[in-house]
Amino acid sequence: MSTTTGKPPGASQEELSRLEEHWGERPSLRAWFSTVDHKKIGRRYIVTAALFFLFAGISALLMRTQLATPESGILSPQEYNQLFTMHGTSMIFLFATPMFFGLGNFLVPLMIGSRDMAFPRLNAFGYWVFLFAGLFMWVSVPFGSAPSAGWFNYAPLTNLKFEPGLAIDVYNLGLLFLGISTTVGAINFIVTALKLRAPGMSLNRVPLFVWAIVATSFMVVFALPALNLDNLLLFLDRRFDTHFFDPSAGGNVLLWQHLFWIFGHPDVYIIVMPGLGIVSAVLPAFTRRGVVAYPLVVLAIVSISILSFGVWAHHMFATGLPQLSYSFFSAASTIITIPSGIQFFAWLSTMALGRLVIKVPLLFLIGFLVTFLIGGLTGAMFALTAFDQQVTDSYFVVAHFHYVLLGGAVFPMLAGLYYWLPKVTGRMYHEGLGRWAFWLVLAGMQLTFFPMHLYGLFGMPRRVYTYRGDLGWDAGNLIATIGAYVLATGLLLVLIGVVHAIRRGRPAPNDPWGGDTLEWTTASPPESYNFPVLPQVHSLHPTWDERTAESTGARASQDRILSEGRRTLFTSELDARYERAVEMAESSLIPLVLAFWLLIFFISMLFSWWLVAGVAAAAVVVTMGVWLWPSRRPAERAG
Amino acid sequence: MQTTPSANRRRVRPRPVGAALLSLCLLTGCAGDSPSALNPGGAGATRISGLWWLLFWISVAVFVEVMALMTWALVFRRGAVRVRHSQPMRFVAVAGAGLPFVILVTVYGFGLHDLAALGKSPGRDAPTIEVIGHRWWWEVRYQGASGVTANELHIPVGERVRVRLRTDDVLHSFWVPQLMPKTDLIAGQERQTWLQAERAGSYRGQCAEYCGTQHAHMAFMVVAEPRADFDAWVGRLDAPARAPETDAERRGQQAFVQGTCAACHSIRGTDAQGKVGPDLSDVGSRWSIGAGAVPNDPGHLGGWIANSQTVKPGNYMPPQPVSADQLPELIAYLQSLK
Repeated sequence: MSTTTGKPPGASQEELSRLEEHWGERPSLRAWFSTVDHKKIGRRYIVTAALFFLFAGISALLMRTQLATPESGILSPQEYNQLFTMHGTSMIFLFATPMFFGLGNFLVPLMIGSRDMAFPRLNAFGYWVFLFAGLFMWVSVPFGSAPSAGWFNYAPLTNLKFEPGLAIDVYNLGLLFLGISTTVGAINFIVTALKLRAPGMSLNRVPLFVWAIVATSFMVVFALPALNLDNLLLFLDRRFDTHFFDPSAGGNVLLWQHLFWIFGHPDVYIIVMPGLGIVSAVLPAFTRRGVVAYPLVVLAIVSISILSFGVWAHHMFATGLPQLSYSFFSAASTIITIPSGIQFFAWLSTMALGRLVIKVPLLFLIGFLVTFLIGGLTGAMFALTAFDQQVTDSYFVVAHFHYVLLGGAVFPMLAGLYYWLPKVTGRMYHEGLGRWAFWLVLAGMQLTFFPMHLYGLFGMPRRVYTYRGDLGWDAGNLIATIGAYVLATGLLLVLIGVVHAIRRGRPAPNDPWGGDTLEWTTASPPESYNFPVLPQVHSLHPTWDERTAESTGARASQDRILSEGRRTLFTSELDARYERAVEMAESSLIPLVLAFWLLIFFISMLFSWWLVAGVAAAAVVVTMGVWLWPSRRPAERAG
Repeated sequence: MQTTPSANRRRVRPRPVGAALLSLCLLTGCAGDSPSALNPGGAGATRISGLWWLLFWISVAVFVEVMALMTWALVFRRGAVRVRHSQPMRFVAVAGAGLPFVILVTVYGFGLHDLAALGKSPGRDAPTIEVIGHRWWWEVRYQGASGVTANELHIPVGERVRVRLRTDDVLHSFWVPQLMPKTDLIAGQERQTWLQAERAGSYRGQCAEYCGTQHAHMAFMVVAEPRADFDAWVGRLDAPARAPETDAERRGQQAFVQGTCAACHSIRGTDAQGKVGPDLSDVGSRWSIGAGAVPNDPGHLGGWIANSQTVKPGNYMPPQPVSADQLPELIAYLQSLK
């Protein structure tokens, strides 16, 4: 089944040491800053995103503590408003997407049988920009000037007149800065998945997780410009006296909302889609069969990524747009439920027709099914304009989207964490600790967010720092706060489980689960070059099929070993036919330098240090010139 | 005076269909005092509550079906043998797309019907109220009356009342869960909605679009009363405010008009004509102080005047330098304005 212990016979010892020489890095400070290894970058993404998850989670705990009792004075309204803004902004921009990009970074090359991402330096650059942009936004918190107009940042509340100071500029510039990272990351995933797949991995053999990442990346590329434009226009309004969002001078405040949600609704799927991809990736190992109805699931993924661009106005059902347009957006929002229904029943059928092996990853998948189903059901309700108008901006919608995002993104992430931990760290986790974590996370999640449906229906609006005790909202709020602490305890156990695995876990075999995708044919953790021999793929479940295993065996063809240099394979986009070997970029400090100059540029824009901004912009151009300067072997270079 | 006049509001009546949710309701201590969308008092909210129960029961049915399938798999499909790759495409297509399509189209039809019903604007002769959102209170004007009031809307029972919505600053949202779903107040534009209460009583409303520091304290009360009472209420808006009767009240009025109060607040029939804060001509009868921040009684009123920043931090009323002997007189005067 899997190529377990020892070196596979496909590549000779001499070839392996040559591969290690080309791909490996000796640990040094310089190497740490200059690495372009997708596995290291992936791990960094994951750790950094987890750090922002911690910050945003602590914000949530503080808010829940404040709301535990009516009219409590633990937080001032200004503090509360900053916390809910940073909570939303961080969870969405600094945690969810970067976490999936980290997983994608680590896994996509391994799943498609490649030795790196298509543009390794761009990949490193994307990480540094993400780190700097995240710090750029969070450093505002200790200075007390964190954004406080919500993650949605609606005009005209964000116009200079109502929000003087730097807080909103931190939001505008931070997201513009971060957008660079997300965009280059998405482009990298698209090119990697289209050009670097192992020979034989035609589109109908691409793992569902990779489909999900690619669909997500396409959504990012098309949705993000709307958000960037929005932030740019608002920045111009605030700094250069334009009037895009100023009604007194002919501007239109709803323009912000349209542009924001043209990005914002696809973004919901940008967050959830990779989560659904993880579900499809983890399920086969624990149901002992492939996911049912692969073509339908792929169709569902692709159609969601298209449909998601046609439903944005359902976030604006209370703004009083014409009824006719509401009826169209209501119909589109109703229909987008169907691709999710297809995926849902594909997973259910997979479980019903498979053989279940109950381990922690499967438990989290079950938690996902229950939670995401409830979020999906309330989501379908929101498609109906009349109902939406009643419950939008109440705690009902807070309950709904936490079921969708915790259910659709965090539960799959945790399933994926336990599933791939042996691959990433080379160590097994503690099963009992994992089960405790699962039950606490599941119970905490339901306790926290289920009551919100009720007190939302009972009339409690969201984004309020306090409420009166005589309105029947107090019991539900107290339960939600208790739930939040249970949830936090569960997540703490997850963290303890990871630390325990790294410190004390027993060494992991290459394939502890009997998974079906190519990453399980590599060592745990994978060698720097991933695959000694790049496989020839013969089916959708390459690890489960003998012919793919044989392709890396004794008679492996020399043109898939490629030990003469830092090389991987180009294949054709649709059928993955062997095209040629390409030379990959080596480690370099330039990505870090470029990200650093961008940081200087955005900091000086924030403080209106125009001279410094000009110098930084010039430095960015020069650095890019150095980066792109033709190297010794220009014809072969790919990244 | 209570902040929520629950006395004239009916308790939640258990409906047979709502029994399941009500048991949850009890767990979370839902009281009849909630401005609950499930305890509608008028045509708009009644429609949506009906839609909710339809959606609720469909959701329960789907949830039970899916959980049954999953539980069956968990109980009967354990093991570790790799199994044959059968592909029940038809089942996935029917259960995941076909059935949901039929259900969703049906539900969409109901939703569209309700949307159209909510969109029907009231007749041309309907009473019209103009509501202007301010950070963080509501200015209320009645068509045909010169006076202005705040944070309280009176409407005649059983009649459809037009509400015109404007904002003086940022976005707000007008929401009375028991009567009518939300309509946002859009800067630079006018929006319209309507209210119709089927039974007399008070219905709490609250701003539902985040509008800055004190978004939490931007509530209002809709008072539905018989037509005669409504007419009398509107009539009073044309008359001067009640004149002071005791010495204390007279001194309070003097302090109000000559002090800093009048720079921002108006009282009809006096020299106090400030336009920044709410008109206080009938402040003694209002359901609360600070748009739902605290109950309207002498103690809270005194605290508010002295330093409203401790009650509603961030609001635009600075602490007032009122001497200890003036304060009771101011309170007496303001409380007398009914």
